[in-house]
Amino acid sequence: MTRKEVVQQCRDLVDLLPGEALAEARKKHPDVGGFGVFPVYAPVEVIHAAGLMPVGLFGAGDKIELSHAESRFQSFICSIAKSTLELFLRDDMKDFEGVVFSSICDVARNLSSLVTRNAPDLYIEYLHMPQNMYSGETLNYARAEFERFRTKLSQRVGRPITDEAICESLVLYNEVRALVRRLYSHRKLHPTSIAAADVYAVVQAGTRMMPEDYAPMLRDLCDEVEATEVKPRDGVRIVLEGAFCEQPPIGLIDVIEAGGCIVQDDDLMIGWRLFDHDVESNGDPLAALSQAYVSSSVYTSVRHDVDKPRADGLVVRMKQSGAEAVLFAPAKFCEPALLDYVLFRQKLEEDDVPHLKIEYEEKMWTFEATRTEIETFAESMLFD
Amino acid sequence: MRTTVSNDKDYRGNVHELSRNIMTDWMGQLKDATQNPVPSAYLMISGNCVEILRCFDILPVFPEINALQLAIRKNSLPYIIKSEEIGYASDNCAYVKADIGFTMCGGVGKEGTIPKPSIIVCNFVGCNVYIKWFEHCAQMMDVPMIMLDIPFLREDAPSKADIAYVVCQLRELITRCEELTGKKFDIDRLREILRYSARAEDGWSRAKELCKNRPTPYDAYFDSINMMGPINALRGTKEAADFFDATVKEYEKMVADGIGVLDDERFRVVFEGPPPYPYYRNFRNLFEAWGAVSVQSTYSTVGGTWEFGFRHDADHPLETIAEQMIVHNLCNRSMLERYKQIRTYVEDWSADALVIHSIKSCRLFSAGQGDMREYFTKELGIPTLMVESDLEDPRYYAEAQMKNRIDAFFESLQYKRLRQGEEAART
Ligand code: SF4
Ligand code: SF4
Repeated sequence: MTRKEVVQQCRDLVDLLPGEALAEARKKHPDVGGFGVFPVYAPVEVIHAAGLMPVGLFGAGDKIELSHAESRFQSFICSIAKSTLELFLRDDMKDFEGVVFSSICDVARNLSSLVTRNAPDLYIEYLHMPQNMYSGETLNYARAEFERFRTKLSQRVGRPITDEAICESLVLYNEVRALVRRLYSHRKLHPTSIAAADVYAVVQAGTRMMPEDYAPMLRDLCDEVEATEVKPRDGVRIVLEGAFCEQPPIGLIDVIEAGGCIVQDDDLMIGWRLFDHDVESNGDPLAALSQAYVSSSVYTSVRHDVDKPRADGLVVRMKQSGAEAVLFAPAKFCEPALLDYVLFRQKLEEDDVPHLKIEYEEKMWTFEATRTEIETFAESMLFD
Repeated sequence: MRTTVSNDKDYRGNVHELSRNIMTDWMGQLKDATQNPVPSAYLMISGNCVEILRCFDILPVFPEINALQLAIRKNSLPYIIKSEEIGYASDNCAYVKADIGFTMCGGVGKEGTIPKPSIIVCNFVGCNVYIKWFEHCAQMMDVPMIMLDIPFLREDAPSKADIAYVVCQLRELITRCEELTGKKFDIDRLREILRYSARAEDGWSRAKELCKNRPTPYDAYFDSINMMGPINALRGTKEAADFFDATVKEYEKMVADGIGVLDDERFRVVFEGPPPYPYYRNFRNLFEAWGAVSVQSTYSTVGGTWEFGFRHDADHPLETIAEQMIVHNLCNRSMLERYKQIRTYVEDWSADALVIHSIKSCRLFSAGQGDMREYFTKELGIPTLMVESDLEDPRYYAEAQMKNRIDAFFESLQYKRLRQGEEAART
């Protein structure tokens, strides 16, 4: 596929509701069931090995009206929680076998309860991912958590989920993650080789396709992007931080670039590309996933590592990507992102790194004010 | 018909006094420790393992209690604003903001009232904000942090792996405490402490049980605060155990004499969500004016749900602590478990209604309470009132609006009662 085709197909896919994306995949895989994955961490291999398509459940953007969920969640709750619940209340998720949540924040946890009550026919799982990376029992615990998920999912679908099948899925998803890393690495060196909004759409589309269909497409894209001659342009090289759960509207990413920033790296959909290298795919796959979660995860706002403060992680992310500034983009009302902002900001100020905070909501549709802020920020740096 | 609140009625009785005495004593120890440092540790309230610290004579310090006290003394706002100046958002948990602001202003350490801790023990029990809060404390004060990751209760009972994970972390904590204090772990001492804990838990349960009586001897929302300090912060001490013996005695006597916390108990309600500490008395008065009293509350069980029977078991010290942290406290249980808990409260404590106080700061409690209201009103037919403010930030308390809603709710409850009475008379 050409780069243009890939990008267009991905943009079309991310415009669909999760149920529509599943229907799209079923054109090629008529028997595949769907399983929703609420951010952040996505245990995709176990789901895929069950013969299901893991589908990223990042709310519903501006694609649906909230008619029920707003009375269930108060005004001070993030949009993704509301629009996700709305999808269930509207019965949009009826073709799915279930959804998996993980222990990212108090809102997501309560949301998993509300979904359980309001979608009684689905299998709703809540994974408690380890927050202590150094206990003597951490790996056993994490493996047991994956095992619990495997057992219950297998009961739900009525067939075993074998180690072999998970290993095969691991190979596929390793490939996908490696390609995403390749795309990101190339962008760090040649940030103008592909628009940030295109990277965003392409990576998000990967949460809505079978990995076996997605990988070849992504490879074509990488090949072409890498072969493209790059014309550098002026702009402030930034890391985008804070968008790990609720996803911003694509228009916001456009505005960031149009406003004079060049995105060198970001934490968009980070849970789907969490591991910084391949997960071992020969042997006990659940032990391998546990090991990867504990020792090869990149930092995120929803994973505590007592020895690795996230602020240090951000500095490393900046250095490795050649960024000179940080654009904080937390979702409105997102407690983990807003709390992390304080320590990030402190660190950046100590190091004299310019930064700007812009909040977004998934259903945001006008970006004028944000654009002005970004332009002012970029100009102040470029003409300093 | 609203009744007037008698200002001179000391509805909190001796229990309030007794509680204040032992809590003041502990706070005195905190203040002393600012000048004469002793090993001390930060800890969170919910499902805590204070017994282990106590076993090493490590002074437990609870930033949540600090935040609560700032709010109830109407001192929280300047500290909240101080925190917002360094980047905290208006939507962040105001407990964190008040405590951090207080720390930045010198409230913690030599010049303050709270000692700078030797270690920070993050008992991550349910609330994800706990992790951030303690990361911030650790970073800002440069104090080592220990993470106790407590798996959320996501099945009916914890798995063997859950228990093994927590017990292992408790052992690792014990090693750190040995290093900190130079003391050897003494399991018999821990057993003795756990026996005191269990005695206090017995008292807690008995007191809660007494609220099934009509009239209820104390308000299980507003007055439970008197028992929450001792059970959560001082658990494992003889003083706390004795406090509960005395508390039960007093409430039993009130029940035997037919005395209630209100002269005229007209509505029995269950409360969900933390109270608005900056306007504690005002808020209470709005209910008392209607003769409405709380017979049970979920907030009082953030530390432990002792009324459902769990006791620390001195014969299995670490396992029992692990079990309490995972299972037997409100924060580590799902919303749906909370629905069940409230339903039991309404039925077994003979309540007329549910009052949900939705807290902007605390998403652990509040996120999704609209669904809770839906469930209780539509599916169970239990009258439910939902009001909104904050537990720490006075800017979110709008009394007039609050009063209107509360009055309208009780008026309609009263009207319903009248109608039911008329119908009963007709048939
Ligand atoms: S956007 Fe933030 S607050 Fe909302 S569910 Fe995600 S992590 Fe939680
Ligand atoms: S979110 Fe709620 S439970 Fe958590 S620290 Fe804040 S007030 Fe406490």
